[in-house]
Amino acid sequence: MTDSTPPFLRAVPPPTAQAIVTEGLMKHFGSTRAVDGVDLEVPAGMIYSVLGPNGAGKTTVIRMLATLLQPDAGQARVFGHDVVGEAEAVRSRVSLTGQFASVDEDLTGLENLVLLARLWGYSRKDARRRAAELLEAFSLEEAADRQVKKYSGGMRRRIDIAASIVVTPDLIFLDEPTTGLDPRSRNQVWEVVRAMVAEGTTVLLTTQYLDEADQLADRIAVLDHGKVIAEGTSSQLKASVGSGALHVRLMDPEQRSEAEGLLASVLGVPVRLESDPHALSARVTDATDVAVALDRLARSNVTVTNFSLGQPTLDEVFLALTGRPAEDQTVEQEAAPDERAEPAV
Amino acid sequence: MSTYSTSFDDQRLRSALATGERPARPSPLASSLTFLWRAVLKIKHVPEQLFDVTAFPIMFLLMFTYLFGGALAGSPRAYLQEVLPGILVMTVTFITMYTGLTINRDIQKGVHDRFRTLPVWRPSPMVGALLADTLRYTMASSVILVLGLVLGFRPRGGVVGVLSAVALLLVFCFALSWIWTLLGIIMRSENALMGTASMILFPLTFVSNVFVSPQTMPGWLQAFVDVNPITILVSAARGLMHGQPAAGDVMIVLLISAGLTLVFAPLTMFRYGRKT
Repeated sequence: MTDSTPPFLRAVPPPTAQAIVTEGLMKHFGSTRAVDGVDLEVPAGMIYSVLGPNGAGKTTVIRMLATLLQPDAGQARVFGHDVVGEAEAVRSRVSLTGQFASVDEDLTGLENLVLLARLWGYSRKDARRRAAELLEAFSLEEAADRQVKKYSGGMRRRIDIAASIVVTPDLIFLDEPTTGLDPRSRNQVWEVVRAMVAEGTTVLLTTQYLDEADQLADRIAVLDHGKVIAEGTSSQLKASVGSGALHVRLMDPEQRSEAEGLLASVLGVPVRLESDPHALSARVTDATDVAVALDRLARSNVTVTNFSLGQPTLDEVFLALTGRPAEDQTVEQEAAPDERAEPAV
Repeated sequence: MSTYSTSFDDQRLRSALATGERPARPSPLASSLTFLWRAVLKIKHVPEQLFDVTAFPIMFLLMFTYLFGGALAGSPRAYLQEVLPGILVMTVTFITMYTGLTINRDIQKGVHDRFRTLPVWRPSPMVGALLADTLRYTMASSVILVLGLVLGFRPRGGVVGVLSAVALLLVFCFALSWIWTLLGIIMRSENALMGTASMILFPLTFVSNVFVSPQTMPGWLQAFVDVNPITILVSAARGLMHGQPAAGDVMIVLLISAGLTLVFAPLTMFRYGRKT
């Protein structure tokens, strides 16, 4: 309550500053270790992604960093402020968009934004102006007077994010911001994220999609069973996994065995024959080999109607990193909501 | 990707982000009043939640006045003079339980996660909610008083007496509500909360001097009735409404209210802060 950062201290952090530093962060729910010794360093001004399957502990990490949950052990600092001891200072600089509705569904979009603007200290008049500004920026003017519960999934995400930037935060937490969105809405969210980081906000986002982390993040931490199992840039991460899978579809199924032989010899990996008699696929380690392989097919008059070089999936990343697929760790997923409503002490 | 940008305005978004506005933190009172405003907006959008503050009072007053009036006081009208302050206290005390229910429902949704990451005075969401409930208690009181006047209730203490009785009741209910906010935060389900609250409120309100004079009760029961805060509050309300205020009763009610707030408000805030 005593710590409210005066405006003049809110300078843009120097590029080398760390937005987040955690050391040995731990959180147990009953006997489940949701977060089991996480060390993270997130430099200010970048998009940092925490990637992992359901129940890997992503949300728990975010909730601790956003001061909603106290760690059992270890520590976390946000812009140098301890998330437990200086929670108030942390709160004045961060903003959270949770996985579930973090706006009031009964209120209209406009009311939600005015409410938050008032809570951030805007006067009545300025709060309305700020709310209108945000509704415009997110193209929600027409839905301004509609209750949020009547919004579509994409609109819902937009109002959620608008609510998170009533005062532009220095650090924003986005917990699975695109889960359940159609591709179009997902792209919109991505653009918003890019705009935020361009304006100097550090973004920490969790995702289950490697593709999303790859598209957006400067650095990625892969979380599994509450532990960071890999950390680095997207290309570093992919180098450890391979480039992904090449899928080829032929005009003539008769040519498939010929194509199989050609691809195998160029790529140096086993080629899989798909159940579709026109299709084959192979895991590639180096994307440049693919061009050579396709060229070889063309020269041998094998007609390719379609090909794609797919990103490695989260499963493939996990397979490469842990030797097992990313199972849905539902045990922990259940542990978290359970803890939400723990009985009286 | 620019083909997708039709649904939001990149330029406007950039400028909205770039304002760098950072107003001064609102005072505790301002943020509590903002949460009160939120609760009022919710009543506007979901008016059904006023059902309990209108239907209950009407039902209780009619039911008990005509059920017991003839037998206990010779006529419903005569009984009404004594029973109305009691039913007022009983009904509004009962309605306090919905405070916990509202908080419980509200907190199940994600919006409190956002509130808890805002740099505002921590108790303000709770204080705001309780202030809104106080408005609802005021409505319930008005319903009872208006219906009572129609049925023939004639308070000898006049407007001032009636208003001070209602004010005392509101203070008590505000304080009592902290118990329900605490339970609302702790308990898993609405049903568990309703069950617990009823188990406390039924004996508290019925085993009192609301309906009959404690003199007719066995000694052990009388002993409980005499120390029951509801009894004291009802005596204070009757005294104020009928122009014979008992300063002692009023004082005790105020002390109990202060005690409830001092114990349960910090507990509520502690649990709210630890809520996962």
